[in-house]
Amino acid sequence: MSSLPTYTEQIPEAGLRAAMGMDRPGIISAIGASGLKGRGGAGFPTGVKWNFAAAAQADQKFVICNADEGEPGTFKDRVILQEHADLVFEGMTIAGKAIGAHEGILFLRGEYAYLRGHLEAALAGRRDRNLLGRGILGSNLDFDIRIFMGAGAYICGEETALIEALEGFRGEPRNRPPFPVNTGFMGRPSIVNNVETLAWAACILGNGPEWFRSHGTEKSTGRKIFSVSGDCARPGVYEFPMGLTVAELLREVGGEDAKAAQIGGAAGQCVPAKDFKRSIAFEDIPTGGSVIVLGPQRDMLDVLHNFLEFFVDESCGQCAPCRLGTTKLLEGLDMLRKGTCSMAYLKELCSLGETMQVASKCGLGQSSPNAFLSVVANFREELMGRIPTHA
Amino acid sequence: MLMTERDRLAQEIRTLAARLGRNRTSLIPILLEIKRKYHTIDSYAMQVIADLLGIHPVEVNSVVSFYAFLGDRRQGRFVIRLCRTISCDMQGKSRVKRQLENDLGIGFGETTPDGKFTLEYANCMGMCDQGPALLVNDRIYTRVTPEKVHEILEECRRVFGVHAAETKEVVFK
Repeated sequence: MSSLPTYTEQIPEAGLRAAMGMDRPGIISAIGASGLKGRGGAGFPTGVKWNFAAAAQADQKFVICNADEGEPGTFKDRVILQEHADLVFEGMTIAGKAIGAHEGILFLRGEYAYLRGHLEAALAGRRDRNLLGRGILGSNLDFDIRIFMGAGAYICGEETALIEALEGFRGEPRNRPPFPVNTGFMGRPSIVNNVETLAWAACILGNGPEWFRSHGTEKSTGRKIFSVSGDCARPGVYEFPMGLTVAELLREVGGEDAKAAQIGGAAGQCVPAKDFKRSIAFEDIPTGGSVIVLGPQRDMLDVLHNFLEFFVDESCGQCAPCRLGTTKLLEGLDMLRKGTCSMAYLKELCSLGETMQVASKCGLGQSSPNAFLSVVANFREELMGRIPTHA
Repeated sequence: MLMTERDRLAQEIRTLAARLGRNRTSLIPILLEIKRKYHTIDSYAMQVIADLLGIHPVEVNSVVSFYAFLGDRRQGRFVIRLCRTISCDMQGKSRVKRQLENDLGIGFGETTPDGKFTLEYANCMGMCDQGPALLVNDRIYTRVTPEKVHEILEECRRVFGVHAAETKEVVFK
């Protein structure tokens, strides 16, 4: 594992102590000034989200940490929870004060059940040190955190599907609006933030928004934790400033000879070598942190096949564009592999993909054709008129 | 199922509901516990849970059928979930798959006749830099090779063997 330099430099509870001396608008304006955007991939400004929830009137509010890390190629949240759990809980507590919530819920994916003991111990330690519970650090803030185990569904990474699961229903996304910041868990205002976002929030309160802004680009401030896997010499977890180019990242991880990089997981885009000068940032290539390096020997159709099988399996089935579209794309891919797909049909598949991007209900369906469309756009010479190799 | 077994299951569910809460938000936590202990969630269990939470059993079934870690199919004591997503795939998951099938004599989605092992695929389990990865119940194994498969299965059998004579439930840690 690579080091996490700015994470490990954090003074424990510096952010929480600073937040205790601030009023609620002060905390939210510090997060807003930092320019922090959601680190799960969607990139919604965290300060704006917190402000909506803080402004909502209700008898109860909730802070929910989204640890349903299921995007293919993403594992940075697992490492953050293993090595810096306190920073995440600190961020949740700060968020609790900022929006006026007394209860935090960590939604931990079922596949990470082995982390639960460690996390419960970290929570118990925080209760002993008066960092959770009643009158935190002698203030009038009451806040506690519980862990809710997911039951194995990628779609629960979508915030409204996650809330459905918390309430005991199938993980099917809701219509938005209303957004969770107004009508979330149990109909109460709730913020759902990624593990990494909450950890950065704690760092920002401890070091000030300027410290965070000193890295990254104008529109994508700060640093970001990346999960790098695939055909490279040094896979693992890395921390880089936002805005670095794909080529720079590949050099660091030993993947210079890659023919493509899948950035943003199965829901992301496939960036061919000619575009490696593009930068990884919300304004260019957005990502939740997943970078899968594809070496020169990789067959792009095999890669796509894997992604589409994933989406067919994980589509919740609620809306037709996603449920049927993912299956049709997978069938089309099998035709390409067999070398029986006409150019006219490939065009129809691309048109179907574009329909899915606009007509699907949630982010899963909207992003599921991304990989297909970017491979067709960039690797067309590999796709047509194939002779099947295996019997 | 014998009445005594049913009574025992119903009592277990009542105890769980008392601990976790008798409302809809406790549904998934209760189901996960039942699945872990009984390796299945049958229609009787669903009926008892529905009665306790004041919902229709179809509601319980709709949740059970949605999530990969629930489901009403009976599973083995050790559920082996092999990651099939891209990074593990590129690191040789297909050969691990083949060896698992060879050593257990079953295919994916099946359970051994002695009820010990179930083979399943899982989607990305967040071990992409150390693949191929698999979970045995809650325990993670990384950089699995076809040769290591036998060792992993033997480890499970040893845990099972020690407790086989006891009536106590085995929790694989």
